[in-house]
Order: sequence, then structure tokens, then C-alpha cells
Amino acid sequence: MTWRPRLAEGTAPVLVVLLLLLVGLAIAGPAYDEPSGYLALLKRAAPLMILAIGQYFVIVSGGFDLSVGALVTAGVVIAARLIDGNESATTSVILLVLGFGLLVGLVNGLITTKLLVPSFIVTLGMLLVLDGATFLWTDGAPRGALSAGFRTFGRGALDVPVLGEVPWSVLILSAILVAAALFMRSGTGRALVAAGDNEAAVRLSGGQVDRLRLLGFVLSGLLAAVASILLGGFAGVSAQVGNGLEFRAITAVVLGGVLLGGGRGSVVAAAAGALSLEALFTLLNLLGVSGALESAVQGLIIIAAVAYASLGGGLRQRLRTRPKQRNTAQPAPS
Amino acid sequence: MTKRWALVAAASVLALAGCSSDLPEDTNPGAAASSGSDTRKSEFFDQAEYDRQLAFRNATPQGPEGKPWEQMLEPEMVDTTKFAKTGGKYTLCFSNAAVDNPWRQVGLKTMQQEVKLHPEISDFVVLDAEAKDDKQISDIQSLSGRNCSAIVISPNTTATLTPAVEQACATGVPVIVFDRGVNTGCPVTFIHPIGGFAFGANGAEFLTEKVKPGGKVLALRILPGVDVLEQRWAAANEIFAASELDVVGVEFTDGDAAKTKSIVADYIQREGEINGVWMDAGATAVAAVEAFQDAGVEVPAFVGEDQQDFLRLWVDEGLTAVAPTYPTYQWRTPVIAALKILKGEQVPKEWVLPQPRITGENVKQYVQQDMPPLHYAMCGCEGMPGYPGPWK
Repeated sequence: MTWRPRLAEGTAPVLVVLLLLLVGLAIAGPAYDEPSGYLALLKRAAPLMILAIGQYFVIVSGGFDLSVGALVTAGVVIAARLIDGNESATTSVILLVLGFGLLVGLVNGLITTKLLVPSFIVTLGMLLVLDGATFLWTDGAPRGALSAGFRTFGRGALDVPVLGEVPWSVLILSAILVAAALFMRSGTGRALVAAGDNEAAVRLSGGQVDRLRLLGFVLSGLLAAVASILLGGFAGVSAQVGNGLEFRAITAVVLGGVLLGGGRGSVVAAAAGALSLEALFTLLNLLGVSGALESAVQGLIIIAAVAYASLGGGLRQRLRTRPKQRNTAQPAPS
Repeated sequence: MTKRWALVAAASVLALAGCSSDLPEDTNPGAAASSGSDTRKSEFFDQAEYDRQLAFRNATPQGPEGKPWEQMLEPEMVDTTKFAKTGGKYTLCFSNAAVDNPWRQVGLKTMQQEVKLHPEISDFVVLDAEAKDDKQISDIQSLSGRNCSAIVISPNTTATLTPAVEQACATGVPVIVFDRGVNTGCPVTFIHPIGGFAFGANGAEFLTEKVKPGGKVLALRILPGVDVLEQRWAAANEIFAASELDVVGVEFTDGDAAKTKSIVADYIQREGEINGVWMDAGATAVAAVEAFQDAGVEVPAFVGEDQQDFLRLWVDEGLTAVAPTYPTYQWRTPVIAALKILKGEQVPKEWVLPQPRITGENVKQYVQQDMPPLHYAMCGCEGMPGYPGPWK
């Protein structure tokens, strides 16, 4: 018996794409000759990867979370106003921002599951509510300042033995990614995917679909709050920090081969999708392609990935020779 | 079932992505990219206006010393006796384009405090157009029926608001336009600092002095198509083209600090070194400086603006920098002008205010440690009663 690394379905293509992009970076940019260049890339990609992990939990269970970008902005603006340069307030404000993300996720989840409003509408509404509230509260110009302690997580690095200087954001990302991967292998994680695939089957087999979906939204909200702490730390106070991040996160998840509508895809692939997206933009910039192309590229990726997924079944059967008698229990079409 | 929903949702995501994207229509694909040889003149470049603005910088203003908001450059006075209205109890009306950025925030607060200085103004009506042309058009119309003694307008856009301003003029109430202009001569006075060409030139000239010939300059712009900002870049482009500086990139930042920082970090990697950074507005200057600090390289010559966070960093780190300003003290002038007009005193047809720049020699006097990081130093508000309360 030979050991093979177990990759969840759909992980391989995005890893190939990522590898190609990283090779491209090594050729295009002298900074990518050494590990520090890749570490810098990882540091920059960390907030998006964390958002993509959060978005994955919602998408794989059959929903959407469009509110994360606005939540990131709100988190940064709230933190700046409350900290106001006061170092001693750092810890409590970080906890407050995390709590705020949790709360927004909870509200999104409860309205979706209890009031049966499609998540697309709920989170779109939440996006507008948060945007409007942030604007109203700040009068359009964020006030206050973040403390050096708050900014450490997005800007600073920790001296790790063997590895040397590792940015805080990379460490936080690693911890979240490992936790997410372990969670998805647990019973609850599998049930979350199943809830997106076949709601009725999960319900009939005694699973709590509503609770699972609620969990997805809460995790997404919490991770968006983490991303806002990293982004605020990276670049300081800005009322534009979260603009368009929700679409970036969705693009990343789709690029990771996760099926829109739920039921298929791995969390590691979603994170790899986010890293690929960031690597792609960095590569385009290194090659001197205008930044205006970014949204066009994002659009193309979403269309191509969804088209691939809908063709998927037939295409895959044609491309792939039938695997020999593996004891995977394919869910029977209901 | 699931699959069909997925398609519907994906389509909606795409539609939304299209709406929310505020990226520019790029008329010259690739032009924004890195071409040091990009020396084409901007379509916003106007040689006569450019020469006029550059000359204004050295002109001696008329008016009280130390009060630049009351000063004027080469004024052409007009008679206002027909608007004279004795007795005070004026209702001053103001149609504001927006308060959606720190510059306008500081400005509006300064204007409100200026109004408080004049007891003869009994009522001050402010309508905020929220950066929407249609809202401002109806705002101006509703002001026309409000018994205003004078109407102050800060137009959202030039062409679209012109007819609305003309309508306001037709009511016989004196109209004062400031900040952005309109295409009509009907307002009694148009108040503005020297302008975008002078702003852009102040920064670009500084870089030609401080960066060695052949040095690499990165230009950061907020977004294309706004005439005030286009003028700044047009002037800088003109000066860079005539210099020996190598403009390695012209990038749009959307005014976003994180994007700015990433762009600058990319350029530091790509070019090895950057010797100067030009910006068309200073809001993200601190993020750009941090990109150099985080990369562990020396911060090069910088063009910022008069926001406190940048000025503090400048002093603390001993940067080589300059801050051209688009002074917020211009928000005091329309109130002063309105009262002059209502008293029948002469005002200039075009009231051009001085537009100072902050340099290494005088930066310390503009640093105010206790003010918010996004406060604009050039507000001319330090001597006002109640300072600093309302600006915090």
C-alpha cells in the first residue's frame, strides 16, 4: 500500500495554478529569489485568505456573505475611533472588534435561517446598513488613530526560531488555516458541507441544518473581524479599506474550486485560491499591467470557474479515466 | 436545484461587481503602467492657465498680513452696491457638494465657526448634496425659495451645476461660488486658491531639486477624470517631462491606504529603489512612507499634503518632503465675501487666494500634536474662538 497525500476534491487544480503563478513571480521579480519575498506576499495575502476561509464556511453550506467588506471597514473605523492613539485601550478594543464581527455574523445567520430570507439579500442589506452606519458615525472622515500595539498584528513580525522574522499576520493565518482544516475534517465540518449539498438528507438524518448555517455566518463574521485587525494594522485608518473585499473573497473561493451554492470544495483550496489571486495581481503589477485590469480579471475568473463547475460533471468524466473501485461512498442522487 | 441557484447567485454577484467597481475608464490602456517615456501632454493641460497659476505663486497678495483667507491675488474689483442690504439679520444659505472626506469636514467646520464670528448673520442654512449632482440641483432650487440674503455654492461638478447656478443668480440674490467652478460669469464672485497646476508644480519642482538626475520617481494619483486632480498631474507631468527624472510608474490608488502601500511595496521590489514619490493628494502619504519603512529602505523625497499625520511623521522621521496645500481656510472666505457684498463693498470678480506650501523650514509650526491625524493644518482656524473643540 502506498501512502498518498489526501487532497480534497477540487484542490489539485488551484494548487497547480498557484504553483505556476509562484514560478512566474520568481522569474518576473528579483525579490522572489529568496524566501523573504514570498513571506511578504503571504503577509499581504493573509487578510484576503482569512476572509476567503470565512466566506468558504458560508458558501459551502449554501449561502453567500456579501457583508464582509463593509464589516472590515466598520471594524477599522470603530477601532480607530475607540483607541484614539491610546495604547492601553488596545486589548479591549481588539476584543470588541472581534465581538462585533461575531454579532454581525450572528444577525446575518439568524435572519437567514429563522426568517428564511435568502442570505444573498440579508448580507447585501447588512453591507448597506454597515456602510451607511459607518458613514453616519464618521461623517465620511474616520477619526482617531490606531495604537502601535494594534498595528503590530498587521505590520510587525515575530522572531521565530529557525524561521527568523515571521510576520504576525502569517502566524495568525497559519493558525486559522490549520484550525479550519481540522474543523472541516470533524463531524460538524462534514455536516456543514452536507447541508450545502443536500439539505433534506441532512435534516432527515437528524442534522441541524439551521444551526450549521448559523455557525457558517458566525465564523465568517469573526474572521472578517480578524481580517479588519490585520488590514487596519497593515495600512492604518481608512474608510475605504474594505471596498470590494467581499467580491475578492468570493472570487478567491470560486477560484479554489468551491461550488457556488454549496456542497463541494475544500477550505484549504479556498485559501489557496485567495493566495493565487493575490499572487496573480502581484505578478500583473510586476509585469507592468495596469491595475485597472484587476476587476476585469476577477470577473473572468468567476465566470470561468462557475462555467467549469457547471460543465464539471460531464467534463470530468470525459477527461478522467474511471478510478478503480475506490471505496468512496458517492452520495446517491436523490 | 442547488446548481440553478448557484448560477443565479453567480450572475448577481457579477452584476454587483460591475456596479460597485469604480475603476476608471482607461482611455489609454497601458498608459497608466510604467513608461518613463510617457511624456504626452495631458488633455487637461492648458498652457495659458498653467503660466497664469505659476505666476500667481510669486505674486504679492493684497489684504491683511497673516490672514490669507482675506487676501486676494491680482483682484479685479466689481461693484456690489445693488446688493446692499442694511440692517443685518442676514440669512446666509449654503449649498455644499458633500462632506464625504476629511478636507470637506475640516472646511465645513471652519465655515460654521466663521459664521459665528458675525452676529449680523442671524441664520445659516446648510444643505448637503451628498456628492450627487441631482440632489444639489434641487437643493439650490429649494434655497431660492428660502428668503436667503446670499447663496454660497460649492458645486459638485462643473458642467452639470452650471444651469442651476444660473437659475439661482436669476432670483436676484447675490451668489458666491467657491472651491470648484462653474461655466458662467453670473456669480458675484468666484473664490478659489491658485489652483491645481500650481499644486502639482509645487511638488514636481521639489522633486526635480531633491532627486538626482536619472533618479526614479513614482507618481501616485487617486483617480482619473476629476479636473482638480487632473490639473495637478498635468502640471507635474509637464515638469517631469522637461526634467531628467525617470518616472517609473503612474498608479491610481483610489485613495485607499492598503492599496497605496501594496503598490509602493511592489515598486520598491520591482525597481530596486525609488528616489522620489509624487502624490496628487496627501491622504495616503503616510501609508506610502510606511511601505519604505517596512521594506527597510530609506524614505526618499516625498510630496505629501498638510494633514497632521503626514506632518508629524515628517518631523519625527526627519523626512525630505514638501506639502503643497489646497488650503481649507478658503471655507472662511465665502462668508466674508457675502458680508462685504451685503454691505455694498467691492469684491473681486475672481477671488484668488494664496496657496502656500509647507517646506522643511516651516513644517514644525504646522504640527499640532493634539489635533486628529486627518486634520488639515492650513485651516486658518487656530485663532478662532472655540478652537480646537469643533475640529476634534
